[in-house]
Amino acid sequence: MSTTDTPRAVEATAPTSRPRSSHRGHVMGDSLAIVWRNLLNIRRNPELLVFATIQPVIFVVMFRYVFGGAIQGSLPAGQTYINYLMPGVFVQTIVFGALTTGVGLADDLNKGLIDRFRSLPMARSAVLVGRTGADLVRNFFVVILMCVVGFIVGWTVETDLVKFVEAFLIILGFAYAMSWVFAIVGLSVKDAETAQAVSFPILAVLVFASSAFVPVATMPSWMQGWARNQPVSVVINAVRYLTIGPSPGLTASSVPKAIVWIVAIVAVAAPIAVARYRKAT
Amino acid sequence: MVVQAEETATEAAIVADGLVKCFGDVEAVRGVSFRVPEGKVLGLLGPNGAGKTTVVRMLTTLSRPDGGTARVLGLDVRERPQEVRAIIGLAGQYAAIDENLTGRENLRLVGKLSHLPGSVIGGRADELLERFDLTRAANRIARTYSGGMRRRLDLAAALVHEPPVLFLDEPTTGLDPQGRNGLWEVIEDLVAGGTTVLLTTQYLEEADYLADDIVVIDHGAVIAQGTATELKAGLGATVIEVGFRDDAAAGAAVALLASVGAVERDGKRVNLSVSGEDGAGSMLRMVRVLDEARMEPATLTLHEPTLDDVFLSLTGHAAEVAESDDGDDGDGSGSGGAAGRRGRRARRSAR
Repeated sequence: MSTTDTPRAVEATAPTSRPRSSHRGHVMGDSLAIVWRNLLNIRRNPELLVFATIQPVIFVVMFRYVFGGAIQGSLPAGQTYINYLMPGVFVQTIVFGALTTGVGLADDLNKGLIDRFRSLPMARSAVLVGRTGADLVRNFFVVILMCVVGFIVGWTVETDLVKFVEAFLIILGFAYAMSWVFAIVGLSVKDAETAQAVSFPILAVLVFASSAFVPVATMPSWMQGWARNQPVSVVINAVRYLTIGPSPGLTASSVPKAIVWIVAIVAVAAPIAVARYRKAT
Repeated sequence: MVVQAEETATEAAIVADGLVKCFGDVEAVRGVSFRVPEGKVLGLLGPNGAGKTTVVRMLTTLSRPDGGTARVLGLDVRERPQEVRAIIGLAGQYAAIDENLTGRENLRLVGKLSHLPGSVIGGRADELLERFDLTRAANRIARTYSGGMRRRLDLAAALVHEPPVLFLDEPTTGLDPQGRNGLWEVIEDLVAGGTTVLLTTQYLEEADYLADDIVVIDHGAVIAQGTATELKAGLGATVIEVGFRDDAAAGAAVALLASVGAVERDGKRVNLSVSGEDGAGSMLRMVRVLDEARMEPATLTLHEPTLDDVFLSLTGHAAEVAESDDGDDGDGSGSGGAAGRRGRRARRSAR
């Protein structure tokens, strides 16, 4: 390339306001702008936030009082159902909540907003980093609220504060990873309704064929392999280990396993989602 | 290399060279070429499904061409998309605004994402709100805006970073006449300020009114290009319709006016067809001939060919102006030329 074919655009553009390239440096700023925009969206649609929080509250209360008695019997001796249940409800809630990442993106796509963003000189990953980041902020408050409701209905952390914080971070980390998975769904369908419809079976298989609400040992043997090793169960077991402490079926190894799952899911899903975003129409 | 550099220096602001885009087996755009000189307006005219939106999407880096090249201010859209994005503004068919943000917040968001310095974003947003008559609604959530206000906000958002090249994809589709006129004025102002504009439209009068040059595309290919006047001239006849008080006078006029142009009589009316480029001169000659014969017409009407006529003669079907829902990427070849001209007029004015 010789200098003779330097495009005129360089001179034609205002020097103050248009950095020529190096959009990598803008990933942070652009993502924060999108986080700001998405948080404003949540604030302006409080009904969405209410829905997102009422559901887990109902789950906590319902499972605690409706199934508690029946399932108590199949738990290892010394474990209470509420302490067994809460990690399951946490993870169930944030996995279902991750669906809103996909639904929101599908909506932006459908309304032409993604086209606007893609026509701007902004970082290519910022819309997704910003969307998943805003959903992380939302989840932070949802999990805190659920802790409060859990404590009210008798949940206790049998370990210590450090392990509780670790559990909290693993829950949020998994929430973030699942947001990226559903971002792929949201960018692959035509509108919000379809995103919801496509996501639900995925959610059901992940959440219900897991150790979230009932011990895996009670399931048919063909399902146990999946239910024991799939990421939702691994994460739930890690959270249980961190809040209940070592007990039959709960070991320290579940924590690094959960972290590996979280990192692996983000490492695979994020590049796929960004590639989808680049090609989105 | 030097020669090439000189070429680059005099190159048009927007250059499309043999653009091709396929969707599966369907060739939506089949080798479209045109150029838009700096500071000019090009009207990309065509019915639904002609491929207008697809062309715009390729030029604005939203869609990669499967063939051909495109440059905006000398920057290749495939090789330097990020730099192209910094110098273009795009306002699409649908108002691409965040309905849950206020008008001002929408503009600030675009300002931030265009990497304007924080210190200028606020002022720029206010200036645009003022210019688009949205100051009073600036702090209202965009969900409450009317269709016209949304379009104005959308166009304002496309202008936040003061792009020298602007792409408008059917900017007035779905607007009421008042909103359309308002938007036309804004576009004229931008062009007066030196902005290069590529405008797609299915409204023939919109292209006639705003565009310096018109490219007509149909089924993904260019079928005609030129100024509105050239396109009309290519079509030929301007018709002067002269009405008389009785059949006898009309009959006498036929003989007299044969020297001016082709004459056709229809009862008390005489239709005089003359060359499209010489409508005024023919009119003058006609008046002289009638005056010398001391004949006085009762009515006098000049019918210049409209772009409707151009379109009909080029495509063999009417310029389709179906309601919204314009999936321009597909093959919406529209209902053929069955609808007569009067029908089209009526539908258009009913909008």
